[in-house]
Amino acid sequence: MNAIYILWLRQLKRFIRKKASIVGAIGQPIIFLLAIGFGFGPVFAKAGAGNYIQFLAPGIIVMSVLFTSIFTGLEIIWDKQFGFLKETFVAPVSRFEILLGKTLGGATVAMIQGILVFLITLIAGFRPHLSTLPLAFLFLFLVAMLSSALGAAIAARLDDMQGFPLIFNFLVQPLFYLSGAIFPIKNLPPVLDFITKINPFSYGVDGLRYAFNGVNVFPPALSLTVLFGVTIVILAVGAYQFSKVQL
Amino acid sequence: MVRTGICGIPRTGSNPVSRPHLAWSVNPARLLFYFVKIMENIIEIKNLTKKYGNFTAVDDISLNVKKGEVFAFLGPNGAGKTTTIKMLTTLLKPTSGEVFLGGHNVTENPHETRKSFGIVFQDPSLDNELTAYENMQFHAILYGLKKEIYQERIIKLFSLVELYDRKDSFVKNFSGGMKRRLEIARGLLHNPKVLFLDEPTIGLDPQTRNHIWEYINNLNKQENVTIFFTTHHMEEVERIAKMVAIIDHGKIIIRGTIEEILKKAGAKKLEDAFISLTGSKIREELANVGKNQMRISNKLMR
Repeated sequence: MNAIYILWLRQLKRFIRKKASIVGAIGQPIIFLLAIGFGFGPVFAKAGAGNYIQFLAPGIIVMSVLFTSIFTGLEIIWDKQFGFLKETFVAPVSRFEILLGKTLGGATVAMIQGILVFLITLIAGFRPHLSTLPLAFLFLFLVAMLSSALGAAIAARLDDMQGFPLIFNFLVQPLFYLSGAIFPIKNLPPVLDFITKINPFSYGVDGLRYAFNGVNVFPPALSLTVLFGVTIVILAVGAYQFSKVQL
Repeated sequence: MVRTGICGIPRTGSNPVSRPHLAWSVNPARLLFYFVKIMENIIEIKNLTKKYGNFTAVDDISLNVKKGEVFAFLGPNGAGKTTTIKMLTTLLKPTSGEVFLGGHNVTENPHETRKSFGIVFQDPSLDNELTAYENMQFHAILYGLKKEIYQERIIKLFSLVELYDRKDSFVKNFSGGMKRRLEIARGLLHNPKVLFLDEPTIGLDPQTRNHIWEYINNLNKQENVTIFFTTHHMEEVERIAKMVAIIDHGKIIIRGTIEEILKKAGAKKLEDAFISLTGSKIREELANVGKNQMRISNKLMR
Protein backbone atom coordinates (compact mmCIF):
# COMPACT_ATOMS: atom_id res chain seq x y z
CA MET A 1 0.00 0.00 0.00
CA ASN A 2 2.79 2.40 0.95
CA ALA A 3 4.63 1.46 -2.22
CA ILE A 4 1.61 2.38 -4.33
CA TYR A 5 1.37 5.69 -2.48
CA ILE A 6 5.00 6.66 -3.03
CA LEU A 7 4.88 5.72 -6.72
CA TRP A 8 1.73 7.81 -7.09
CA LEU A 9 3.33 10.72 -5.23
CA ARG A 10 6.42 10.61 -7.42
CA GLN A 11 4.28 10.88 -10.55
CA LEU A 12 2.41 13.82 -9.09
CA LYS A 13 5.58 15.66 -8.05
CA ARG A 14 7.15 15.18 -11.46
CA PHE A 15 3.99 16.51 -13.13
CA ILE A 16 3.63 19.60 -10.95
CA ARG A 17 7.29 20.49 -11.43
CA LYS A 18 7.01 20.46 -15.20
CA LYS A 19 5.01 23.65 -15.54
CA ALA A 20 5.93 24.08 -19.20
CA SER A 21 4.44 20.74 -20.17
CA ILE A 22 1.22 21.49 -18.27
CA VAL A 23 0.81 24.69 -20.26
CA GLY A 24 1.89 22.86 -23.42
CA ALA A 25 -0.75 20.20 -22.95
CA ILE A 26 -3.46 22.87 -22.76
CA GLY A 27 -2.47 24.19 -26.18
CA GLN A 28 -4.00 21.37 -28.20
CA PRO A 29 -7.47 21.47 -26.59
CA ILE A 30 -7.54 25.25 -27.04
CA ILE A 31 -6.78 24.88 -30.75
CA PHE A 32 -9.51 22.24 -31.04
CA LEU A 33 -12.00 24.52 -29.34
CA LEU A 34 -11.08 27.46 -31.55
CA ALA A 35 -10.56 25.83 -34.93
CA ILE A 36 -12.99 22.93 -34.83
CA GLY A 37 -15.41 24.14 -32.17
CA PHE A 38 -15.99 27.62 -33.49
CA GLY A 39 -15.10 26.72 -37.08
CA PHE A 40 -17.66 23.94 -37.48
CA GLY A 41 -20.14 25.51 -35.07
CA PRO A 42 -22.25 27.27 -37.76
CA VAL A 43 -22.45 24.15 -39.97
CA PHE A 44 -23.40 22.01 -36.98
CA ALA A 45 -26.13 24.44 -35.99
CA LYS A 46 -27.44 24.62 -39.58
CA ALA A 47 -27.70 20.85 -39.68
CA GLY A 48 -30.05 21.16 -36.75
CA ALA A 49 -27.71 19.47 -34.27
CA GLY A 50 -27.55 22.36 -31.83
CA ASN A 51 -24.63 24.09 -30.13
CA TYR A 52 -21.36 22.51 -31.28
CA ILE A 53 -19.28 23.73 -28.32
CA GLN A 54 -21.79 22.06 -26.03
CA PHE A 55 -21.32 18.86 -28.01
CA LEU A 56 -17.56 19.10 -28.47
CA ALA A 57 -16.46 20.10 -24.95
CA PRO A 58 -16.80 16.61 -23.34
CA GLY A 59 -14.86 15.16 -26.30
CA ILE A 60 -12.04 17.63 -25.81
CA ILE A 61 -11.89 16.97 -22.09
CA VAL A 62 -11.62 13.24 -22.83
CA MET A 63 -8.91 14.02 -25.37
CA SER A 64 -6.73 15.82 -22.85
CA VAL A 65 -7.22 13.06 -20.28
CA LEU A 66 -6.51 10.34 -22.83
CA PHE A 67 -3.33 11.96 -24.16
CA THR A 68 -1.94 12.92 -20.75
CA SER A 69 -2.56 9.47 -19.26
CA ILE A 70 -1.09 7.51 -22.12
CA PHE A 71 2.00 9.68 -22.16
CA THR A 72 2.44 9.39 -18.41
CA GLY A 73 2.17 5.63 -18.78
CA LEU A 74 4.74 5.71 -21.55
CA GLU A 75 7.11 7.57 -19.22
CA ILE A 76 8.04 4.12 -17.96
CA ILE A 77 10.23 3.93 -21.07
CA TRP A 78 12.21 6.89 -19.72
CA ASP A 79 12.44 5.18 -16.36
CA LYS A 80 13.94 2.21 -18.17
CA GLN A 81 16.42 4.32 -20.08
CA PHE A 82 17.47 6.43 -17.11
CA GLY A 83 17.79 3.33 -14.97
CA PHE A 84 15.23 4.32 -12.38
CA LEU A 85 13.02 1.33 -13.12
CA LYS A 86 15.81 -0.97 -11.88
CA GLU A 87 15.71 0.77 -8.51
CA THR A 88 11.97 0.09 -8.37
CA PHE A 89 12.32 -3.51 -9.55
CA VAL A 90 14.97 -4.57 -6.98
CA ALA A 91 12.78 -3.29 -4.15
CA PRO A 92 10.65 -5.80 -2.21
CA VAL A 93 7.49 -4.70 -4.00
CA SER A 94 5.44 -6.80 -6.40
CA ARG A 95 5.33 -5.80 -10.04
CA PHE A 96 1.56 -5.45 -9.79
CA GLU A 97 1.88 -2.85 -7.03
CA ILE A 98 4.37 -0.96 -9.20
CA LEU A 99 1.95 -1.05 -12.12
CA LEU A 100 -0.95 0.06 -9.93
CA GLY A 101 1.04 2.94 -8.40
CA LYS A 102 2.13 4.13 -11.83
CA THR A 103 -1.37 3.81 -13.28
CA LEU A 104 -3.00 5.67 -10.40
CA GLY A 105 -0.32 8.36 -10.62
CA GLY A 106 -0.85 8.77 -14.35
CA ALA A 107 -4.62 8.85 -13.91
CA THR A 108 -4.43 11.51 -11.18
CA VAL A 109 -2.16 13.68 -13.26
CA ALA A 110 -4.49 13.33 -16.25
CA MET A 111 -7.50 14.24 -14.08
CA ILE A 112 -5.77 17.49 -13.08
CA GLN A 113 -5.07 18.23 -16.72
CA GLY A 114 -8.67 17.32 -17.63
CA ILE A 115 -10.07 19.66 -14.99
CA LEU A 116 -7.91 22.50 -16.34
CA VAL A 117 -9.33 21.88 -19.81
CA PHE A 118 -12.83 21.66 -18.33
CA LEU A 119 -12.35 25.19 -16.91
CA ILE A 120 -11.18 26.39 -20.32
CA THR A 121 -14.27 24.97 -22.01
CA LEU A 122 -16.38 26.91 -19.50
CA ILE A 123 -14.68 30.09 -20.68
CA ALA A 124 -15.39 29.08 -24.29
CA GLY A 125 -19.09 28.95 -23.51
CA PHE A 126 -19.66 25.34 -22.42
CA ARG A 127 -22.62 25.14 -19.99
CA PRO A 128 -22.82 21.69 -18.35
CA HIS A 129 -25.29 20.41 -15.74
CA LEU A 130 -23.41 20.96 -12.52
CA SER A 131 -25.65 18.65 -10.48
CA THR A 132 -24.18 15.57 -12.16
CA LEU A 133 -20.57 16.72 -11.86
CA PRO A 134 -19.59 13.78 -9.62
CA LEU A 135 -20.82 11.33 -12.27
CA ALA A 136 -18.84 13.23 -14.90
CA PHE A 137 -15.72 12.93 -12.76
CA LEU A 138 -16.31 9.23 -12.34
CA PHE A 139 -16.43 8.77 -16.12
CA LEU A 140 -13.36 10.93 -16.51
CA PHE A 141 -11.48 8.96 -13.89
CA LEU A 142 -12.30 5.66 -15.60
CA VAL A 143 -11.09 7.08 -18.92
CA ALA A 144 -7.90 8.21 -17.15
CA MET A 145 -7.31 4.81 -15.53
CA LEU A 146 -7.96 2.99 -18.80
CA SER A 147 -5.53 5.09 -20.83
CA SER A 148 -2.89 5.20 -18.12
CA ALA A 149 -2.93 1.41 -17.80
CA LEU A 150 -2.80 1.15 -21.59
CA GLY A 151 0.26 3.41 -21.73
CA ALA A 152 1.99 1.39 -19.00
CA ALA A 153 1.19 -1.95 -20.67
CA ILE A 154 2.65 -0.73 -23.96
CA ALA A 155 5.71 0.80 -22.27
CA ALA A 156 6.50 -2.50 -20.57
CA ARG A 157 7.22 -3.90 -24.02
CA LEU A 158 9.27 -1.02 -25.44
CA ASP A 159 12.92 -0.18 -24.81
CA ASP A 160 13.09 3.23 -26.40
CA MET A 161 10.94 6.04 -27.74
CA GLN A 162 11.47 5.05 -31.38
CA GLY A 163 8.09 3.36 -31.51
CA PHE A 164 6.47 6.52 -30.25
CA PRO A 165 5.19 7.92 -33.59
CA LEU A 166 3.72 4.51 -34.33
CA ILE A 167 1.82 4.46 -31.05
CA PHE A 168 0.70 8.04 -31.42
CA ASN A 169 -0.51 7.80 -35.02
CA PHE A 170 -1.89 4.27 -35.05
CA LEU A 171 -3.27 3.96 -31.56
CA VAL A 172 -3.74 7.20 -29.63
CA GLN A 173 -5.06 9.34 -32.50
CA PRO A 174 -7.53 6.72 -33.82
CA LEU A 175 -8.76 6.07 -30.28
CA PHE A 176 -9.56 9.74 -29.97
CA TYR A 177 -10.85 10.60 -33.46
CA LEU A 178 -12.98 7.45 -33.73
CA SER A 179 -14.61 7.84 -30.34
CA GLY A 180 -17.37 10.23 -31.29
CA ALA A 181 -15.50 13.04 -29.57
CA ILE A 182 -15.82 15.39 -32.52
CA PHE A 183 -18.82 14.01 -34.44
CA PRO A 184 -22.09 12.32 -33.43
CA ILE A 185 -21.90 8.54 -33.73
CA LYS A 186 -25.44 8.11 -35.00
CA ASN A 187 -26.13 7.19 -38.65
CA LEU A 188 -22.49 6.47 -39.48
CA PRO A 189 -21.30 4.31 -42.39
CA PRO A 190 -21.21 0.65 -41.22
CA VAL A 191 -17.41 0.38 -40.90
CA LEU A 192 -17.12 3.54 -38.86
CA ASP A 193 -20.14 2.54 -36.84
CA PHE A 194 -18.46 -0.77 -35.98
CA ILE A 195 -15.14 0.87 -35.06
CA THR A 196 -16.75 3.45 -32.80
CA LYS A 197 -18.72 0.73 -31.06
CA ILE A 198 -15.67 -1.38 -30.25
CA ASN A 199 -13.64 1.64 -29.15
CA PRO A 200 -13.95 1.79 -25.35
CA PHE A 201 -13.32 5.54 -25.40
CA SER A 202 -16.61 6.03 -27.28
CA TYR A 203 -18.28 4.93 -24.06
CA GLY A 204 -16.18 7.41 -22.11
CA VAL A 205 -17.12 10.30 -24.37
CA ASP A 206 -20.77 9.28 -24.44
CA GLY A 207 -20.89 8.80 -20.69
CA LEU A 208 -19.34 12.19 -20.11
CA ARG A 209 -21.77 13.79 -22.55
CA TYR A 210 -24.60 12.16 -20.62
CA ALA A 211 -23.29 13.47 -17.29
CA PHE A 212 -22.67 16.96 -18.61
CA ASN A 213 -25.48 17.45 -21.16
CA GLY A 214 -28.00 14.72 -20.46
CA VAL A 215 -27.59 13.43 -24.02
CA ASN A 216 -26.45 9.88 -24.75
CA VAL A 217 -26.32 7.10 -27.33
CA PHE A 218 -25.38 4.20 -25.03
CA PRO A 219 -27.11 3.53 -21.72
CA PRO A 220 -24.88 5.13 -19.00
CA ALA A 221 -24.79 1.85 -17.05
CA LEU A 222 -23.40 0.11 -20.15
CA SER A 223 -20.77 2.83 -20.59
CA LEU A 224 -19.67 2.48 -16.97
CA THR A 225 -19.50 -1.30 -17.29
CA VAL A 226 -17.48 -1.20 -20.51
CA LEU A 227 -14.98 1.33 -19.14
CA PHE A 228 -14.58 -0.55 -15.89
CA GLY A 229 -14.31 -3.95 -17.55
CA VAL A 230 -11.78 -2.87 -20.19
CA THR A 231 -9.68 -1.14 -17.51
CA ILE A 232 -9.52 -4.38 -15.52
CA VAL A 233 -8.56 -6.36 -18.61
CA ILE A 234 -5.81 -3.91 -19.56
CA LEU A 235 -4.49 -3.87 -15.99
CA ALA A 236 -4.31 -7.66 -16.13
CA VAL A 237 -2.48 -7.56 -19.46
CA GLY A 238 -0.18 -4.86 -18.08
CA ALA A 239 0.54 -6.93 -14.97
CA TYR A 240 1.48 -9.87 -17.18
CA GLN A 241 3.71 -7.69 -19.36
CA PHE A 242 5.34 -6.20 -16.26
CA SER A 243 6.09 -9.61 -14.83
CA LYS A 244 7.94 -10.44 -18.06
CA VAL A 245 10.17 -7.36 -18.04
CA GLN A 246 13.81 -8.22 -17.53
CA LEU A 247 16.27 -5.38 -17.18
CA MET B 1 39.13 -16.65 9.21
CA VAL B 2 40.19 -19.32 6.78
CA ARG B 3 40.53 -17.85 3.33
CA THR B 4 41.30 -21.09 1.62
CA GLY B 5 38.76 -23.57 0.38
CA ILE B 6 36.26 -25.49 2.40
CA CYS B 7 37.89 -27.64 5.12
CA GLY B 8 41.16 -25.81 4.55
CA ILE B 9 41.89 -27.51 1.26
CA PRO B 10 43.55 -24.92 -0.93
CA ARG B 11 41.51 -24.10 -3.96
CA THR B 12 42.77 -25.06 -7.36
CA GLY B 13 42.56 -22.07 -9.61
CA SER B 14 40.89 -23.53 -12.65
CA ASN B 15 38.34 -25.44 -10.65
CA PRO B 16 35.46 -23.36 -9.38
CA VAL B 17 34.37 -24.05 -5.86
CA SER B 18 32.00 -26.91 -5.54
CA ARG B 19 30.48 -27.68 -2.21
CA PRO B 20 31.38 -31.12 -0.97
CA HIS B 21 28.33 -33.29 -1.29
CA LEU B 22 26.66 -34.05 1.97
CA ALA B 23 27.21 -37.76 2.29
CA TRP B 24 24.82 -39.16 4.86
CA SER B 25 27.33 -41.73 6.02
CA VAL B 26 29.64 -39.18 7.67
CA ASN B 27 29.47 -38.66 11.40
CA PRO B 28 27.20 -35.95 12.84
CA ALA B 29 30.07 -33.74 14.00
CA ARG B 30 31.40 -33.60 10.49
CA LEU B 31 27.93 -32.89 9.16
CA LEU B 32 27.59 -30.03 11.61
CA PHE B 33 30.95 -28.73 10.50
CA TYR B 34 29.74 -28.67 6.90
CA PHE B 35 26.52 -27.04 7.99
CA VAL B 36 28.32 -24.22 9.77
CA LYS B 37 30.53 -23.77 6.73
CA ILE B 38 27.50 -23.47 4.50
CA MET B 39 25.83 -21.00 6.83
CA GLU B 40 28.87 -18.79 6.62
CA ASN B 41 28.30 -18.36 2.90
CA ILE B 42 26.07 -15.35 2.45
CA ILE B 43 26.07 -15.81 -1.33
CA GLU B 44 26.02 -19.24 -2.91
CA ILE B 45 26.00 -19.59 -6.65
CA LYS B 46 25.49 -23.07 -8.06
CA ASN B 47 25.93 -23.84 -11.75
CA LEU B 48 24.47 -20.51 -12.77
CA THR B 49 23.87 -20.09 -16.50
CA LYS B 50 22.28 -17.37 -18.60
CA LYS B 51 21.71 -17.80 -22.31
CA TYR B 52 20.42 -15.30 -24.86
CA GLY B 53 19.52 -17.47 -27.83
CA ASN B 54 22.77 -19.08 -28.88
CA PHE B 55 24.92 -16.74 -26.87
CA THR B 56 25.89 -17.88 -23.39
CA ALA B 57 26.53 -14.80 -21.29
CA VAL B 58 27.15 -16.70 -18.06
CA ASP B 59 28.29 -20.29 -18.41
CA ASP B 60 27.77 -22.65 -15.50
CA ILE B 61 29.49 -20.65 -12.77
CA SER B 62 29.66 -21.66 -9.11
CA LEU B 63 30.90 -19.36 -6.39
CA ASN B 64 30.55 -18.81 -2.66
CA VAL B 65 31.00 -15.56 -0.82
CA LYS B 66 31.46 -15.62 2.94
CA LYS B 67 29.67 -13.33 5.32
CA GLY B 68 31.60 -10.13 5.93
CA GLU B 69 33.90 -10.70 2.97
CA VAL B 70 34.97 -8.05 0.48
CA PHE B 71 34.69 -9.88 -2.80
CA ALA B 72 35.98 -8.52 -6.10
CA PHE B 73 34.32 -9.89 -9.22
CA LEU B 74 36.58 -9.02 -12.13
CA GLY B 75 36.60 -9.55 -15.85
CA PRO B 76 37.02 -7.77 -19.17
CA ASN B 77 34.11 -5.93 -20.78
CA GLY B 78 31.34 -8.29 -21.79
CA ALA B 79 32.68 -11.15 -19.66
CA GLY B 80 29.37 -11.60 -17.84
CA LYS B 81 29.84 -9.55 -14.66
CA THR B 82 26.75 -7.40 -14.90
CA THR B 83 24.62 -10.31 -16.12
CA THR B 84 25.69 -12.28 -13.06
CA ILE B 85 24.93 -9.40 -10.71
CA LYS B 86 21.51 -8.98 -12.32
CA MET B 87 20.76 -12.64 -11.65
CA LEU B 88 21.99 -12.33 -8.06
CA THR B 89 19.73 -9.33 -7.53
CA THR B 90 16.47 -10.76 -8.98
CA LEU B 91 16.49 -8.56 -12.09
CA LEU B 92 17.19 -11.41 -14.48
CA LYS B 93 15.95 -14.98 -14.38
CA PRO B 94 18.74 -17.53 -14.77
CA THR B 95 18.45 -20.01 -17.63
CA SER B 96 19.57 -22.67 -15.18
CA GLY B 97 21.32 -22.98 -11.84
CA GLU B 98 20.56 -21.63 -8.40
CA VAL B 99 21.49 -18.66 -6.28
CA PHE B 100 21.12 -18.37 -2.52
CA LEU B 101 21.48 -14.96 -0.93
CA GLY B 102 21.38 -14.75 2.84
CA GLY B 103 19.81 -18.21 2.85
CA HIS B 104 17.01 -17.26 0.43
CA ASN B 105 16.61 -18.83 -2.96
CA VAL B 106 16.73 -15.81 -5.26
CA THR B 107 14.35 -17.11 -7.94
CA GLU B 108 11.88 -18.77 -5.60
CA ASN B 109 11.84 -16.13 -2.91
CA PRO B 110 12.64 -12.80 -4.58
CA HIS B 111 10.87 -10.66 -1.98
CA GLU B 112 12.89 -11.85 1.01
CA THR B 113 16.06 -11.72 -1.06
CA ARG B 114 15.41 -8.13 -2.06
CA LYS B 115 15.23 -7.01 1.55
CA SER B 116 18.64 -8.44 2.31
CA PHE B 117 20.79 -6.69 -0.27
CA GLY B 118 21.51 -3.18 -1.44
CA ILE B 119 22.84 -2.34 -4.88
CA VAL B 120 24.67 0.41 -6.68
CA PHE B 121 24.12 -0.18 -10.37
CA GLN B 122 26.67 0.35 -13.07
CA ASP B 123 24.57 3.01 -14.74
CA PRO B 124 22.82 5.81 -12.92
CA SER B 125 19.47 4.90 -11.37
CA LEU B 126 18.33 8.07 -9.65
CA ASP B 127 15.30 10.17 -10.47
CA ASN B 128 16.82 13.45 -11.63
CA GLU B 129 13.54 15.31 -11.25
CA LEU B 130 13.44 14.58 -7.52
CA THR B 131 15.65 15.99 -4.78
CA ALA B 132 18.30 13.89 -3.05
CA TYR B 133 16.06 13.57 -0.01
CA GLU B 134 13.06 12.54 -2.11
CA ASN B 135 15.11 9.84 -3.81
CA MET B 136 16.05 8.47 -0.40
CA GLN B 137 12.49 8.73 0.88
CA PHE B 138 11.17 6.92 -2.19
CA HIS B 139 13.57 4.06 -1.48
CA ALA B 140 12.74 3.96 2.24
CA ILE B 141 9.01 3.73 1.64
CA LEU B 142 9.42 1.08 -1.07
CA TYR B 143 11.37 -0.98 1.45
CA GLY B 144 8.64 -0.49 4.04
CA LEU B 145 10.65 1.56 6.55
CA LYS B 146 8.71 3.56 9.14
CA LYS B 147 8.90 7.33 9.04
CA GLU B 148 10.62 7.73 12.43
CA ILE B 149 13.26 5.25 11.35
CA TYR B 150 13.97 6.45 7.85
CA GLN B 151 14.05 10.14 8.71
CA GLU B 152 16.85 9.53 11.16
CA ARG B 153 18.72 7.11 8.93
CA ILE B 154 18.55 9.37 5.89
CA ILE B 155 20.10 12.23 7.85
CA LYS B 156 22.79 9.93 9.20
CA LEU B 157 23.64 8.55 5.77
CA PHE B 158 23.65 12.02 4.23
CA SER B 159 26.27 13.16 6.73
CA LEU B 160 28.24 9.98 6.11
CA VAL B 161 28.47 10.54 2.34
CA GLU B 162 28.80 14.31 2.90
CA LEU B 163 25.68 15.35 1.07
CA TYR B 164 23.75 16.74 4.02
CA ASP B 165 23.88 20.34 2.86
CA ARG B 166 22.67 19.31 -0.60
CA LYS B 167 19.81 17.13 0.55
CA ASP B 168 17.13 19.38 -0.90
CA SER B 169 18.85 19.97 -4.23
CA PHE B 170 17.57 18.32 -7.38
CA VAL B 171 19.64 15.35 -8.43
CA LYS B 172 19.89 16.71 -11.98
CA ASN B 173 22.22 19.40 -10.60
CA PHE B 174 24.58 16.84 -9.01
CA SER B 175 28.02 15.90 -10.34
CA GLY B 176 28.85 12.27 -11.18
CA GLY B 177 30.60 11.77 -7.85
CA MET B 178 27.74 13.22 -5.85
CA LYS B 179 25.26 10.97 -7.66
CA ARG B 180 27.43 7.97 -6.88
CA ARG B 181 27.63 8.87 -3.20
CA LEU B 182 23.89 9.34 -3.11
CA GLU B 183 23.37 5.93 -4.73
CA ILE B 184 25.64 4.30 -2.15
CA ALA B 185 23.77 5.99 0.69
CA ARG B 186 20.50 4.86 -0.85
CA GLY B 187 21.72 1.29 -1.20
CA LEU B 188 22.46 1.23 2.53
CA LEU B 189 19.23 2.78 3.70
CA HIS B 190 17.44 -0.48 4.50
CA ASN B 191 20.40 -2.01 6.37
CA PRO B 192 21.33 -4.67 3.80
CA LYS B 193 23.51 -7.65 4.66
CA VAL B 194 25.14 -7.58 1.25
CA LEU B 195 26.03 -4.54 -0.82
CA PHE B 196 26.50 -5.05 -4.56
CA LEU B 197 28.58 -2.43 -6.31
CA ASP B 198 28.78 -2.71 -10.09
CA GLU B 199 31.70 -0.53 -11.19
CA PRO B 200 30.91 2.08 -8.54
CA THR B 201 33.85 4.31 -9.38
CA ILE B 202 33.44 4.43 -13.15
CA GLY B 203 34.16 7.90 -14.48
CA LEU B 204 35.14 9.40 -11.13
CA ASP B 205 38.28 11.36 -10.26
CA PRO B 206 40.91 9.80 -7.93
CA GLN B 207 39.77 11.95 -5.00
CA THR B 208 36.20 10.76 -5.19
CA ARG B 209 37.24 7.17 -5.82
CA ASN B 210 39.48 7.25 -2.81
CA HIS B 211 36.73 8.69 -0.70
CA ILE B 212 34.18 6.11 -1.82
CA TRP B 213 36.45 3.12 -1.19
CA GLU B 214 37.48 4.40 2.19
CA TYR B 215 33.85 4.70 3.04
CA ILE B 216 32.99 1.22 1.77
CA ASN B 217 35.93 -0.25 3.64
CA ASN B 218 34.77 1.30 6.91
CA LEU B 219 31.30 0.03 6.31
CA ASN B 220 32.61 -3.49 5.91
CA LYS B 221 34.81 -3.24 9.01
CA GLN B 222 32.29 -1.58 11.29
CA GLU B 223 28.96 -3.02 10.21
CA ASN B 224 30.22 -6.30 8.76
CA VAL B 225 28.35 -5.67 5.51
CA THR B 226 29.43 -8.14 2.84
CA ILE B 227 30.70 -6.30 -0.23
CA PHE B 228 30.47 -7.78 -3.72
CA PHE B 229 31.93 -5.43 -6.30
CA THR B 230 33.20 -5.15 -9.84
CA THR B 231 35.73 -2.67 -11.16
CA HIS B 232 38.33 -2.21 -13.86
CA HIS B 233 40.75 -0.46 -11.50
CA MET B 234 43.06 -3.19 -10.22
CA GLU B 235 44.66 -0.95 -7.59
CA GLU B 236 41.21 -0.64 -5.99
CA VAL B 237 41.04 -4.42 -5.77
CA GLU B 238 44.51 -4.65 -4.25
CA ARG B 239 43.56 -2.11 -1.64
CA ILE B 240 40.25 -3.46 -0.45
CA ALA B 241 39.38 -6.98 -1.66
CA LYS B 242 39.94 -10.11 0.42
CA MET B 243 38.80 -12.51 -2.27
CA VAL B 244 38.89 -12.21 -6.03
CA ALA B 245 37.23 -14.12 -8.83
CA ILE B 246 37.93 -13.45 -12.49
CA ILE B 247 35.26 -14.23 -15.06
CA ASP B 248 35.87 -14.38 -18.80
CA HIS B 249 33.60 -15.52 -21.61
CA GLY B 250 31.03 -16.32 -18.96
CA LYS B 251 33.27 -18.71 -17.05
CA ILE B 252 35.15 -18.26 -13.79
CA ILE B 253 38.78 -18.71 -14.75
CA ILE B 254 40.34 -18.21 -11.34
CA ARG B 255 39.33 -17.60 -7.78
CA GLY B 256 41.33 -16.95 -4.62
CA THR B 257 43.07 -14.34 -2.53
CA ILE B 258 45.14 -11.70 -4.29
CA GLU B 259 48.34 -13.50 -3.22
CA GLU B 260 47.10 -16.78 -4.63
CA ILE B 261 46.20 -15.20 -7.94
CA LEU B 262 49.52 -13.38 -8.23
CA LYS B 263 51.33 -16.60 -7.47
CA LYS B 264 49.39 -18.62 -10.00
CA ALA B 265 49.81 -16.06 -12.73
CA GLY B 266 53.46 -15.50 -11.83
CA ALA B 267 52.91 -11.76 -11.73
CA LYS B 268 53.88 -9.00 -9.30
CA LYS B 269 50.85 -6.80 -9.84
CA LEU B 270 47.20 -7.74 -10.15
CA GLU B 271 46.88 -5.82 -13.41
CA ASP B 272 49.62 -7.97 -14.99
CA ALA B 273 48.02 -11.11 -13.60
CA PHE B 274 44.65 -10.01 -14.99
CA ILE B 275 46.05 -9.43 -18.46
CA SER B 276 48.05 -12.65 -18.51
CA LEU B 277 44.96 -14.60 -17.42
CA THR B 278 42.42 -13.00 -19.72
CA GLY B 279 44.69 -12.19 -22.67
CA SER B 280 45.50 -8.79 -24.08
CA LYS B 281 42.87 -8.76 -26.82
CA ILE B 282 40.45 -5.85 -26.57
CA ARG B 283 36.87 -6.95 -25.98
CA GLU B 284 33.70 -5.67 -27.44
CA GLU B 285 30.47 -6.05 -25.61
CA LEU B 286 27.79 -7.66 -27.71
CA ALA B 287 25.57 -4.75 -28.51
CA ASN B 288 22.45 -6.68 -29.35
CA VAL B 289 22.28 -8.71 -26.18
CA GLY B 290 19.42 -7.52 -24.03
CA LYS B 291 19.74 -3.94 -22.99
CA ASN B 292 23.44 -3.88 -23.64
CA GLN B 293 23.34 -1.10 -26.18
CA MET B 294 21.59 1.07 -23.64
CA ARG B 295 24.18 0.15 -21.02
CA ILE B 296 27.06 1.04 -23.29
CA SER B 297 25.59 4.38 -24.27
CA ASN B 298 24.84 5.13 -20.63
CA LYS B 299 28.42 4.34 -19.77
CA LEU B 300 29.65 6.74 -22.41
CA MET B 301 27.28 9.47 -21.30
CA ARG B 302 28.25 9.35 -17.68
